[in-house]
Amino acid sequence: MDFALSEEQQFLKQTVDDVLRDQCTLDVVRADAADNQTKNASLYDALTQIGIPGTLISEDYGGVGLRLLDAALIAESLGGSVATIPFIGSSVVAPLAIELAGSDEQKNAWLPRLANGEITCGVAFGDHVGARDNEPLTSDDASINGRSMFALDIQNADVMLVATADCELHLVERSEVELKPLYTIDRTRSVGELVFEKSSSEPLSSTSDPSGTLAKVIDAGRVVVAADTLGAGQTMLDKAVAYAGERQQFNRVIGSFQAVKHMCAEMAAELEPCRSLVWYAAHAYDAIPEDARLTACHAKAHLAEVGRFVARKATEVHGGMGFTDLLGLHYWFKRIELNRQLLGTPEFVRNEAAKMQGWV
Amino acid sequence: MDLEYSAEYDAFRNELRQFLDEHKHLSPGAVARPPANREEKEDGPNPAQRWQQLLIEHGYAARTIPKEYGGCGEEPDPLKAHIIAEEFAKARVRPGHSGDNRLVPTVLELGTEEQKRWLVPPSIRGEMTWCQGYSEPGSGSDLASLSTRAEVDGDDFVINGQKIWTSGAQHADMMFCLVRTEPDAPKHQGISYLVFSMDTPGIEVRPLVTMTGEATFNEVFFTDARVPKNQIIGKRGEGWFVANNTLKHEREGLGDPHQAENRFREIEELMSNENVDGEPIMNNPAHRDRLLQLQGRMLAMKYNGMRVLTSQRKHEEPGLPRWIIKLQGCELNHQMAAMAIDALGELGTLYHRSDHIRAGGMWQQRFMMDLGLIIGGGTAQIQKNMIGERALGLPKEPKVEAKSA
Repeated sequence: MDFALSEEQQFLKQTVDDVLRDQCTLDVVRADAADNQTKNASLYDALTQIGIPGTLISEDYGGVGLRLLDAALIAESLGGSVATIPFIGSSVVAPLAIELAGSDEQKNAWLPRLANGEITCGVAFGDHVGARDNEPLTSDDASINGRSMFALDIQNADVMLVATADCELHLVERSEVELKPLYTIDRTRSVGELVFEKSSSEPLSSTSDPSGTLAKVIDAGRVVVAADTLGAGQTMLDKAVAYAGERQQFNRVIGSFQAVKHMCAEMAAELEPCRSLVWYAAHAYDAIPEDARLTACHAKAHLAEVGRFVARKATEVHGGMGFTDLLGLHYWFKRIELNRQLLGTPEFVRNEAAKMQGWV
Repeated sequence: MDLEYSAEYDAFRNELRQFLDEHKHLSPGAVARPPANREEKEDGPNPAQRWQQLLIEHGYAARTIPKEYGGCGEEPDPLKAHIIAEEFAKARVRPGHSGDNRLVPTVLELGTEEQKRWLVPPSIRGEMTWCQGYSEPGSGSDLASLSTRAEVDGDDFVINGQKIWTSGAQHADMMFCLVRTEPDAPKHQGISYLVFSMDTPGIEVRPLVTMTGEATFNEVFFTDARVPKNQIIGKRGEGWFVANNTLKHEREGLGDPHQAENRFREIEELMSNENVDGEPIMNNPAHRDRLLQLQGRMLAMKYNGMRVLTSQRKHEEPGLPRWIIKLQGCELNHQMAAMAIDALGELGTLYHRSDHIRAGGMWQQRFMMDLGLIIGGGTAQIQKNMIGERALGLPKEPKVEAKSA
């Protein structure tokens, strides 16, 4: 029994953190946000050098062949630095879907190029995670019709992974889709509306259980979104503690006032168990199938709640400065808020958890 | 990350399960109460003591206490301790104990050889039970300001003063107690840690009825109570250090994640079996969503516990994951009790053996008792100070100068 990160995992996270510290400073994020850039080329290149896009792709297809817990650690780092690159859709959900449901030919065609960073993939699961303003996606003779909202990682994506209302997975090339960006509060990731009109598609049909496969890759996406929130929340807490230890009022650092200290303690007390929940959910995806779906849902929902709590309290600890653009704390706040709604709101996801336990 | 148990631990768990299957009929009920007062005690071991003896013989209680003091003398193994706690909880069988989990480790660490032989063996057999004399009416969170004094007179300390919140004082055999022996020393350096019989003349125990309607706590009054000088653990003036050792052990016991998981299962059953307007409460989406939110919190705390356990196995300091357990665990238990009461609605307010009462009013009892636990053993606010200062490194509140008399 060893519920801890291995040395390799700690090293992986450290390596990603080192790249981000150099290449993903607040100035970089600020400039990317102003330019509406959600795939920072030099950052993406630097992360590609260390194999990040191929984390989950097996070595047979040019990837690193790691597991979801490793991807969750990377997502934690990316969230911690509000990194302006595609990851959750393009490097987690899409490659897992292709590995699980693609033919050998499809795997050979797509995975090596995803692994080496040559292409990225958007993900459109709107019909399955709480459809809003969608027109259900239908497939007909290898073509797709309909509209999917809040597709993820779409900016400059070369191909889109879509799930039809009937749980079929398809790949659709960028040129076949009408893409309308949606501008959320979070300027560090791209989401948008995809409109399909007789868009020719490539079905990923080498799976005997399409709905199970779809559910499985959504689980993976949820765990990784939760990990992103964990990282963003941890950075907000760290910044709040640092600020409370420096800022002086009434001739004292404000962190010596219990009103402020207790906000920091409450954030830490709420956030720290989340780390274990994310680790467990990711590990369950890898190794404990009977717990995987339930813990993925709980990780997604619980991190949404704790993330919002931490984002709000950390902002408050910074006083008026927390509310300004000067400090840039809002990039983390907004990242956490978008994560909360992505791939199923907490209420939606908890209802799924209720169904799988036979409570509905 | 490897959550499989090695063959050694699987075998250990299997043996334990077999033991529980074969012997659990001998276990006293989980809610068996000690006799109401010390005079009612019978001669010879009672069922709880016989059960404890059986557990010690099989290595399931007092595991790490050395053989010469009546324990099993096993090497500390947090994983085996965890398996024991888990299996007893699953089987809903009363677990064994290690005497008193605050006093016994303290005596083993800091007591003299004579004290260890005197206090440890009967404590772990359950023949010598303990209460803790720490808090005073004027010294709660600021425990080190305590003023119950002990003055030397011949070969004895003579104790005068008052303790409060003394759980179990009405049936304990012994007290471990903080007293001020050096009134002129700075407050943390003037305290000593004494142990003595509750039969000592000059001790009066008065039950303190709490909001639950029960008297689980007491006030204890000392009027010239004489305790031999050799009944001190550690040296004179070092009692604060000794007590901190004890508090460390108490803090680890509160907010046990097994308890939260068992409680969660009970609420799940309740919501599936109880009806409102002829429908199971589980069918109400508002109640269901609350249950799921608590399940998420409960799982996070469960896995946090696994992380702490792993650190302990590797002899690493767990840090923040352990600092938060008392605060978060007690709060979670309280919220679960509140959830169960709300699921029962008006039925949830029944108490005092009323008709239609559910589970004997257990949820109300827990709801109130948990509030006591949020306050006791270091209030939630003191816990937040500790998390802020010791785990996050924030500065302490500046000290207010004490007024000179």
